[in-house]
Amino acid sequence: MPPADPLSRREFLRRAARAGLGVALAGGLSAISFDAAGPLGLPPEQAKAGLPDFSLPQTAGRIAIARGAERRETLSLALRALGGIESFVGRGDRVLIKVNAAFASPPILSATTHPDLVYELARLCFAAGAASVVVTDNPINDPASCFALSGIGPAARRAGASVVLPAESLFRPVSLEGGTLIRNWPVLTAPLTGVTRLIGVAPVKDHHRSGASMTLKNWYGLLGGRRNLFHQDVHRLIAELALLVRPTLVVLDGTTTMMTNGPTGGSLSDLRETRTLIAGTDPVAVDACGAELLGKRPEDLPFLGAAEKAGAGTTDFRRLSPREVSA
Amino acid sequence: MSLRSARRASQVFFTLLFLWFCAVSTLGGRFTELSGWPVNLFLELDPLAAVATLLATHTLYRGLLWALLTVCATILLGRVFCGFVCPFGAMHQFVGWLGMRTRPTAARLAQNRFLPAQNLKYVLLAFFLAAAALGPAGGGSLLAGLLDPICLAQRSVNLTLLPLFERLGVAVRGEPRLTREALAIASVFLAAILLNLHRPRFFCRFLCPLGALLGLLGRFALVRIGRTPEACTGCTLCERACEGACEPTGRIRTAECVLCLNCLADCRHGAIALSTRASAAGEIPLPDPGRRAVIAAVVAGAATVSLGRIGGATGATWSPSLVRPPGALAEEEFLSRCIRCGQCMRVCPTNVIHPAGLEEGLEALWTPKLDFRAGTSGCQHTCIACGQLCPTAAIRPLRLEERLGTAEFASRGPLRIGCAFVDRGRCLPWAMDRPCIVCQENCPVSPKAIFTRPVYNEVRLPEPLVVGEASGQRVGLAAGRLEPGRFATGDYFILLPSGRRLRIRAHGEQAIELAAAIPEPELPPRGSPMAVAIRLQQPHVDPERCIGCGVCEHECPVQGKRAIRVTAENESRHPRHRMTL
Repeated sequence: MPPADPLSRREFLRRAARAGLGVALAGGLSAISFDAAGPLGLPPEQAKAGLPDFSLPQTAGRIAIARGAERRETLSLALRALGGIESFVGRGDRVLIKVNAAFASPPILSATTHPDLVYELARLCFAAGAASVVVTDNPINDPASCFALSGIGPAARRAGASVVLPAESLFRPVSLEGGTLIRNWPVLTAPLTGVTRLIGVAPVKDHHRSGASMTLKNWYGLLGGRRNLFHQDVHRLIAELALLVRPTLVVLDGTTTMMTNGPTGGSLSDLRETRTLIAGTDPVAVDACGAELLGKRPEDLPFLGAAEKAGAGTTDFRRLSPREVSA
Repeated sequence: MSLRSARRASQVFFTLLFLWFCAVSTLGGRFTELSGWPVNLFLELDPLAAVATLLATHTLYRGLLWALLTVCATILLGRVFCGFVCPFGAMHQFVGWLGMRTRPTAARLAQNRFLPAQNLKYVLLAFFLAAAALGPAGGGSLLAGLLDPICLAQRSVNLTLLPLFERLGVAVRGEPRLTREALAIASVFLAAILLNLHRPRFFCRFLCPLGALLGLLGRFALVRIGRTPEACTGCTLCERACEGACEPTGRIRTAECVLCLNCLADCRHGAIALSTRASAAGEIPLPDPGRRAVIAAVVAGAATVSLGRIGGATGATWSPSLVRPPGALAEEEFLSRCIRCGQCMRVCPTNVIHPAGLEEGLEALWTPKLDFRAGTSGCQHTCIACGQLCPTAAIRPLRLEERLGTAEFASRGPLRIGCAFVDRGRCLPWAMDRPCIVCQENCPVSPKAIFTRPVYNEVRLPEPLVVGEASGQRVGLAAGRLEPGRFATGDYFILLPSGRRLRIRAHGEQAIELAAAIPEPELPPRGSPMAVAIRLQQPHVDPERCIGCGVCEHECPVQGKRAIRVTAENESRHPRHRMTL
């Protein structure tokens, strides 16, 4: 067998350089990606602060009760009794309206916030100088269907407000300081970005698990993730929501009250005309007042007591001397 | 513009139109949504779907009449649908062109030679038509939808391509949609597309049952491609890009010709012409798949459906997990109409309709099935979109009143697609002493089909509790400790010896504050034992009210195998599946 050609120096150096580079690359890549601990299983808890406080100190403890069948009228009456929309929304404010759009159900069934209220509230905000009004909720049924069928979407757009449908990217984990349930939990925070005023608008509804669904229960709709688990401790959860979310104003619509079969309803026979609209800055007091429309006392609803005890407001709404007005 | 350019323009136009119709098949009034677009157009122009449902049901439903247009055009002009309209054919042709364009002419000529295996599509056609026509009870099964090019393309684009684009962030409406079986459906689609790299228009030449049907229909076409031997120099360039492998160099096989018109454009000697006369060089007007093969296919088609029925899937061993969309016909009739096009799945606003996998049997492969875990919120009981869109009325178009059981349908009650069952071994209030009733909350009918009964279950404690001081709303413990706050959720009660239960409002380790005062005569004496109970509302289903919408199953917090599940029991479409009196 003839001897192979001897390796030239140049060829040797070239090969050695290539081989060295290969070894260095393999070694470098291994060093960079070396992981001695292995996977953690679950990501570490990302502790995030709660939500901004949207309440206004100068309007604390105000509550008004307006009687009448026409929502747009009772809303303006109630707001006037509270000092006018101008006390809550000023020039340049960016307003978020949190509605209850939980179900793909028509307005006549009162399972969702009435579109008239959404329209009128958005209109009043703009009239008071708001720079933008956004309407949002994370419904239970298909979001697009909910906003369309409930009439909330069209009403909001008619008033010039924009509607934000939930998507996974709009949630971020939030923890309530001192909370036991709302820990590292996904909350619909993206629509709150840049917002200066938060208004909650909810109907009065029967709710078999919590006893009632009103303005406090309405904040449930800001939660994402596996929020159904919270039904196992629903009263404490609502009390924590009352601490987490401090709105500028809440509006509780008891023009029609869903007395039975809540919170979905589904039939006109579940409803009763109660011709009452309650607005205020203390959601605990507003809900305590609204409980009467369902024929309940505040002590029948443990979440109210828990919220009061946690310092979110008072269940003794009469102490706030509510202004009563009639259409 | 040459005829070839016209053909190309037509293919681009119809392919884009097809993709557009797929994309806009979502509920809504905007022009990028359903809003009146004729999104079923291609399925309705498809004579195979029309002929097969005609054979199976002896009727031609609504828009399927449009297939008459294709049939007439084919009788007069040959396979003009394949060459000019079919979007799946256009995709094949494009990919085939990509794969072949750099190959030498000799290789391309070899690839475009006729192969006897092209007769396979006629055999498949015989199989599918027999399966449709020769069912055990008159109507057969629309298995044709599995290979029908329009159904295949519509299903693949609807259920795999569009969701894939959604994942990439294109045209997202809310959360990206899920499709069970997406990988399997996409694999068939991709295989059909990639086979074009082996031979151009592989699917059209060897497999397409619609192409076979159109080839037979074009037997007496008035205009056809023909060759004049006197002018021909035998250069064979006409076969270089022949899409149908119909051999224009010899006796042209007219049934194979897809009217791509490449031969016409490529011939430099004027020997090829589109003419009303028969080809001077001779024609082979009909394919010859072989009598035995066709008979075998017919027998196999009939036997397949019969064997499926012997399996019992439409009879005694019907699948309770196969919950069909609202308005779906009884199973045999359903199978004699469903072409598996995926339109119902695409339009469903809650993404609850999915293609069934093999778990429901071969005959039901990729037919619609409700998957309550996958959808966004069960089957919305005020929605009738799927039946409005279904091109063959396998899901019959309902009026909302009929679904809800109102107006003239009041006596019949609401339409039921199944019934919910509580799995008491998995349900939190039933098995785990935890409050929940998310299912009850979400039940959309009034009165609710899910109702609850309260029970008070004694809580397990590490040590027994002994009453110390008790007065008014307060109870002090002489022995035993409570974990502070644990029982202050509003769901816990103390049990008095008298049997009275009082709600715990707050408590420390050894002091309990009650929501109401203990009546004087019932004050427990010091030293008496005391128990803590949790109040549970346990869900029950009223089968008279339950419509099977599955919102309960979707919302159940037991996320793996749900603690409340809907099966097809009691569904309206099958009196045989009735469960209650």
